[in-house]
Amino acid sequence: MTEFETVIGLEVHCELSTKTKIFCGCSTKFGAAPNSQVCPVCLGLPGTLPVMNAEALERAILVGLAVGCTIRRRFKFDRKHYYYPDLPKNFQISQYDLPLAHDGRVDLAGAHPVRVKRVHLEEDAGKLVHEGAGQQIATGTAALVDYNRSGMPLLEIVSEPDLREPAEAVAYVKSLQTLVRYLHVSDGNMEEGSLRCDANISVRPKGADELGAKIEIKNMNSFKSIEHALTFEARRQRDALARGETLAQETRLWDDTAGETRSMRSKEAAHDYRYFPEPDLLVFTMDDARLAVIRGRLPELPWTKRLRYVQTLGLTDYDAGVLTSDRTVAEYFEATIAAGAPPKTACNWVSTELLGALHGRKLGIGDSRVAPRQLAALIALIDKATISGKIAKTVFAEMLVSGADPDAVVKAKGLVQITDEDALVTSVRDVLAANPQSVADFKAGKSQTIGFLVGQVMKATGGKANPQAVNKILKEELTR
Amino acid sequence: MMKSPASLTIHEAAAALRAKTLSSVELTKAVFERIRAVEPQVHAYLHLTEEDALAQAAASDRRRAAEESRGPLDGVPIALKDNLCTRGVPTTCASKILERFVPPYDATVVTRLRAAGAVITGKTNLDEFAFGSSTENSAFGPSRNPWDLDRVPGGSSGGSAAAVAADEAIAALGSDTGGSIRQPAALCGLAGLKPTYGRVSRYGLIAFASSLDQIGPLAKDVEDCAILEEAIEGWDAADSTSVRLEGPSVTQASAGDIQGLRIGIAKEWLGTGLDPEVRAAVDGARVPLEKLGCTFREISLPLQDYALPIYYLVAPAEASSNLARFDGVKYGRREDGANIVEMYKKSRSAGFGPETKRRIILGTYVLSAGYYDAYYLKALKARTRLRQDYLDALKECDALLSPATPTPAFRIGEKADDPLQMYLSDIYTVSVNLVGLPALVVPCGFSAAGLPIGMQLIGRAFDDATLLRVGARYQNVTDWHRRKPPLPDSGEGGV
Amino acid sequence: MALTRRDVEAVAHLARLSLTEAELERYGAQLEAILGYVESLNRLPLEGVEPTTHLSPATDRARPDRPAPGLTQAEVEALAPEFRAGSVRVPKILEE
Ligand SMILES: [Mg+2]
Ligand SMILES: [Zn+2]
Repeated sequence: MTEFETVIGLEVHCELSTKTKIFCGCSTKFGAAPNSQVCPVCLGLPGTLPVMNAEALERAILVGLAVGCTIRRRFKFDRKHYYYPDLPKNFQISQYDLPLAHDGRVDLAGAHPVRVKRVHLEEDAGKLVHEGAGQQIATGTAALVDYNRSGMPLLEIVSEPDLREPAEAVAYVKSLQTLVRYLHVSDGNMEEGSLRCDANISVRPKGADELGAKIEIKNMNSFKSIEHALTFEARRQRDALARGETLAQETRLWDDTAGETRSMRSKEAAHDYRYFPEPDLLVFTMDDARLAVIRGRLPELPWTKRLRYVQTLGLTDYDAGVLTSDRTVAEYFEATIAAGAPPKTACNWVSTELLGALHGRKLGIGDSRVAPRQLAALIALIDKATISGKIAKTVFAEMLVSGADPDAVVKAKGLVQITDEDALVTSVRDVLAANPQSVADFKAGKSQTIGFLVGQVMKATGGKANPQAVNKILKEELTR
Repeated sequence: MMKSPASLTIHEAAAALRAKTLSSVELTKAVFERIRAVEPQVHAYLHLTEEDALAQAAASDRRRAAEESRGPLDGVPIALKDNLCTRGVPTTCASKILERFVPPYDATVVTRLRAAGAVITGKTNLDEFAFGSSTENSAFGPSRNPWDLDRVPGGSSGGSAAAVAADEAIAALGSDTGGSIRQPAALCGLAGLKPTYGRVSRYGLIAFASSLDQIGPLAKDVEDCAILEEAIEGWDAADSTSVRLEGPSVTQASAGDIQGLRIGIAKEWLGTGLDPEVRAAVDGARVPLEKLGCTFREISLPLQDYALPIYYLVAPAEASSNLARFDGVKYGRREDGANIVEMYKKSRSAGFGPETKRRIILGTYVLSAGYYDAYYLKALKARTRLRQDYLDALKECDALLSPATPTPAFRIGEKADDPLQMYLSDIYTVSVNLVGLPALVVPCGFSAAGLPIGMQLIGRAFDDATLLRVGARYQNVTDWHRRKPPLPDSGEGGV
Repeated sequence: MALTRRDVEAVAHLARLSLTEAELERYGAQLEAILGYVESLNRLPLEGVEPTTHLSPATDRARPDRPAPGLTQAEVEALAPEFRAGSVRVPKILEE
């Protein structure tokens, strides 16, 4: 039997979180009343003209640089024509033969790199809601259009067909999501549609050079649906080929509820977009000086950071992945170690205690009342044996609520660890006097009894005793 | 009998207003009286804004009384071609698809005219979406040439030209994509300027071909053209292709003499197809210009014969794209349809006239898969060579002189069924749009039948002032521009 | 240059125009005549010539990312042929 291989390429669309739209001064805020963030330009009223948003352009270049693309020194915009009611001018201002960035790559952790074919900037369309049962296009009786999204700056990142597994595709989109969030250029939010993904997927006999019929999958609105849709589609295509069928190039829609892809049965089999250069925008240029300025906005990229955490800080790849998946978390972690905390301890506290607590309260790391400096101070108290690890968790819980410094919490609650042996001897002697049976057991050779006795001393001191010191005094008293 | 204030030029009216021998309200009333008298014959306007105009005129008079007058246009009645968006005033492009369209914003040139105190009289007729050279393609009926009501006023700014020639406005704005200001100016005996591409903001001009369109003045003389251009030109944040202008103002720069100017005439311009009377009139203009100190030289523009083919690929291609937005969804005319495609097709087919459909089909075809390289791309490359020709010619010349049109005004209906014949009437004007240069048309004679003839002056990029200077000096020593059409003053009904 | 009736029909569909038989015939013939006229461009040597896509000598026109007021929902409604629930209403998308 022939062995098949799946070949996937992705087109990721990412809405840039600039203050205004790409060609007009309308706000880009999400969730406003329909058609309340529009103007003559983004409604495509006759006579209106586009003027490029400088920040959108710069962010596009920034992403291009981050994925290692070559930035074109001279580029233009083009009109792409097709009729659809959410597209006000019935053409989209996009880029055709001269995208602003091309030929880059994204390094996926644990997998081969994915080549990025091109990155270009374009305008988004409005939003369509279908009237009728289930609000589906297939059963729609009419449609309602909201143009608030029309003219939002949209970055299109097109990969080469380098992905082989649905899981790889998800990992690739996730790393782009992390990236655009790192760069502070987009919310990268799949639920709100600020990150969207279309796939080209085909199946071919393993080892074949030629690609199979390219099937485009649209309408995958979450990471889960990307994985499900591509898994479904790969299987569908394999089964069809195994039955000896031939597949035709087409566009299919993913139906999340039904769990299947469906042919769009479009009359317009072949698109004829009639691209031509957009005469209403000037040509754009990039020189070394300008590129250097934009490059200066690049932070350390997530994949570089992750590698550094493993190689120079000694973290596991898993921990490094958790810390670097969000730039603000990574920055928090780095500020904590900069304040003197050992990396491994800081990693545990940030990724387990802090993120766990914040997650439980549905908060982000930016909402934490504990500053990195304070977390480092807490870790220092443990290292200096001023408090025990257990007490530290109590202190931390208090810090999360009040935002107080750890020393203050420790002092106010009297949580300083008792390491003073003279103070501890009394407690130890009291415990021994109260537990003659245990003393007898110990002396009879049951050395494990000492654990019980340590526990009793800890209890008597309200947990503040230093366990090592208690252990030492107990042994001295018992063998006396 | 005292001549009606409606027949004044901008600068004459401004002088009278300044001297307070005339008020803006009196002037505006005189213009609307004239409109009532001759409009049934001329049909220059699609929409009049009389009430608002009188209010603007009264406001202008109050400003003048308070010594807060804003300059030469304050209180002067100006007409606007109906492809310029006016807030709250219908803007139709002479198309049924925009019959009920009322823009929620003003074009930049309209904002600037209002800021200069101009009184807007109304919106003038045009070929639908500016596609044409006769105004016969208006969905609301043709305009007529005031010099001969059986003839076309030219197009597509034929309504603006007819209005000014018939004294139904002191001056007007038009738009020029392939000659749409200059050709009607020539056929109606007016001065008309197509400014350098980028000089006047296109924001609010309903686009025909974005890389060719430019707004400009149609006026009774060259001095008025300069006044209007100065009011509307300059950088605009809303138009990426608009340019920051430097140096003296157009009116200052067009004031000097023209001693020593070198003017080129291309031999390709004087070939077959040029009416002998037009040829003689343009030739005759050399005498006064030589007396004023200009020298003439013959030049060659080898690409001249290709200008019209290039134009009829580039312009419809851009137009087919610009007109895609008229789909019945967000504004304008909608016809019911069972689904969206049916609604699109019904609305567009009912809303657009024949010439508009013809250009959309041609433009769509030349951009479509498999034909782009053969037609559109080739035209863009030829455009580069044409441009080089003009730039080379203007290295050794300060301006070029050509006929404006191959013939004087033709009869209504004469070319209506032959698009190619109609397109040929733009043969002298389209190049200038393709290469982005400024050009001015000035009256230079009359045919034996009493029809005006115009000549065209073409200048270097952003040197519109030199053209205005040549035109103004020429008008100092000639009086073609002072003649008035033999239009019955009142009492005539429709034709 | 021979244009079939189907060519003209396909272009008309791309441009979302429905043409009558008579129009298809007439526009077909006129389109052919115009295309014949522009054939002269084929005589022009154009190898190595850059296309003129933009006339302006200027480049890099961009605006600051600063919000500006737009239209109200009521103004959008006033323009629209059909409006419901704050939205522009259009016929259904799919054909039968
Ligand atoms: Mg795209
Ligand atoms: Zn807007």
